[in-house]
Amino acid sequence: MSALDYAAHTIAQKVNAGELSAVEVLEDALARIEQVEGRHGALDYGELTDEDRKKVHAFITLTQDRAYAQARQVDALVSAGKLAGPLAGVPLSIKDIFCVKDTPSTAASRILSNFVAPYTATAVERLESAGALTLGKVNLDEFTHGSSTESSAFQPSTRNPWDPDRVPGGSSGGSAASVAAGEVMLSLGTDTAGSIRQPAAFCGVVGLKPTYGRVSRYGLIAFGSSLDCPGSVARDVRDAALMLGVMAGADPRDSTASLHPVPDYLAILSEGVKGLRIGLSPDYMQIAFPDPQTGALIRQELPAEIRNATLRAAEALADQGAEIVEGVPMPNMVYGIPAYFVVSRVEAASNLHRFDGVKYGYRTSSEFRDLHEMYRKTRAEGFGLQPKLRILMGMYVSAAQYSEQYYQRALRVRSMIRADFESAFDSGGAYRLDALLTPTTPTTAFKIADIYGDSVLMQYADQLTVPANHAGIPGISIPAGLDGDGLPIGIQLLAPDFGEEMLLRVGYAFEQATADAAWRKQKPQVLR
Amino acid sequence: MTDEIFPELFERLVDLAAFAFDPAEAEYLRQELNNQLKAIHQLEAVPLADDVPLASHGVGYPPQSRPELRKDLWVPFENPDEILAQAPQVEDRYLVVPDIPHTKLD
Repeated sequence: MSALDYAAHTIAQKVNAGELSAVEVLEDALARIEQVEGRHGALDYGELTDEDRKKVHAFITLTQDRAYAQARQVDALVSAGKLAGPLAGVPLSIKDIFCVKDTPSTAASRILSNFVAPYTATAVERLESAGALTLGKVNLDEFTHGSSTESSAFQPSTRNPWDPDRVPGGSSGGSAASVAAGEVMLSLGTDTAGSIRQPAAFCGVVGLKPTYGRVSRYGLIAFGSSLDCPGSVARDVRDAALMLGVMAGADPRDSTASLHPVPDYLAILSEGVKGLRIGLSPDYMQIAFPDPQTGALIRQELPAEIRNATLRAAEALADQGAEIVEGVPMPNMVYGIPAYFVVSRVEAASNLHRFDGVKYGYRTSSEFRDLHEMYRKTRAEGFGLQPKLRILMGMYVSAAQYSEQYYQRALRVRSMIRADFESAFDSGGAYRLDALLTPTTPTTAFKIADIYGDSVLMQYADQLTVPANHAGIPGISIPAGLDGDGLPIGIQLLAPDFGEEMLLRVGYAFEQATADAAWRKQKPQVLR
Repeated sequence: MTDEIFPELFERLVDLAAFAFDPAEAEYLRQELNNQLKAIHQLEAVPLADDVPLASHGVGYPPQSRPELRKDLWVPFENPDEILAQAPQVEDRYLVVPDIPHTKLD
């Protein structure tokens, strides 16, 4: 039996008990990477081969030496009769948007391709201190700007382990794929509009976006500073809870990291859902997207398989004693993407101006006359199309003459989106929800190159996840079945601020209720 | 709101953002920006009462969950040479910035 057949919490228990060595776990993980990974993402990647099209390509950088040093340290602690931490010996990957000291930290962009981080992000520091083994940095959309991982400057971009002709989702595509393919047990991702939950849904794993401020952003290369949330990608709910418990909490290096106490997320996992009020909203059961010609909003029913998976999940929770509250209105969620097009672009433009070819990172190798020409050439060559689009739009909608029309209006719509959730979760209100149950995504994983290039349609892949980012509330995506093509379907649970315990409790109850379902026995294509 | 980003305005944005594009790339980006603007225009449909506040972030920051701001103290980095080594051009431990063009204002 491979160590990789165990969940992360079981590996940590066995390693701490001396029943399994961390080095043994690491070697199993490296063997799995050898089996499924293929070549890692790189700037100069040449032609894709048939073999490339069958592999996962989750990693940009493998940090094997770092992982071996960590594994030996864990084993030495256990040999000395000490506990090596709640994540002792657990293989971990890090989305390459986090700084990890002495490792390339690229944001999947040419402009940071030569940047080696001089310090480590708080979330990573806490995971490593808990005994996790950092196997490497995984691929993403450039600067997290996308929903398919195709926009990475480091190609081949990650492919979906369930069907390598399809995208893994994004922007945390490398994170979700590395967990789904069993290369690691846990991955650290980020979620700005759904970038943990959407790829988790596409890859059949659990993805948890915590409340904004629950996990420190120190050492995270910023995209949308009021939206970005580091969070867990894991095989199951217990592992996601374990990982969050290690990462969460105040950080003097991030003034937005909340002082709100961190509960024991594992303690109430098994309390069940009896008596909990779980909502369903008709507004989350349809797809809305703009007509490409007129921009008018077109509404369609969700694909039946996704809708039915969500309704089956509600039935399973009702069978466990939850009260399902139907007809919860969320009238402003439909404006989540238009508001996001404004808010995230303004924040992205502000954050990306720092990359200028002077202090660190890429600088053009061609001739230049002066500073301005150096800036232009460096940024034109260093950024891909997606960051360029975000910078240009951010500058436009925040310009003095347009700010009230676009930016300030979007911030007020954000208040309305938040108000929908406050109303649904209000303990004295009409609905009094403990959690809202929705599909995670409007579709299952789409084919590589099907949408890439259409920046509007790609953004609408996040329409069911982005409202939680505007509101700042926590959300989790949990596998809930497979569609007719054998692709994973995800369901999403949303809760009030700092309600991660509730999400994990309901998610765990759903996992237990469906533990014997036939779809749970299916494995991703790359592991068959 | 029926604004459209025409080529002249696009060029101005490109200049401000310190980018440079070939014509095909510029036209693709301009079209995508205009497609995004069509989606943004849906915000017009939201009935906003006068008292709806701006939300610069979703989660509230009550004093009990808000950390004190750090003191504004200078703390030396343990190994500044490690940082300098990543700069594209350094001379005598200073970052070298190319010549800054001067524009005479009318």
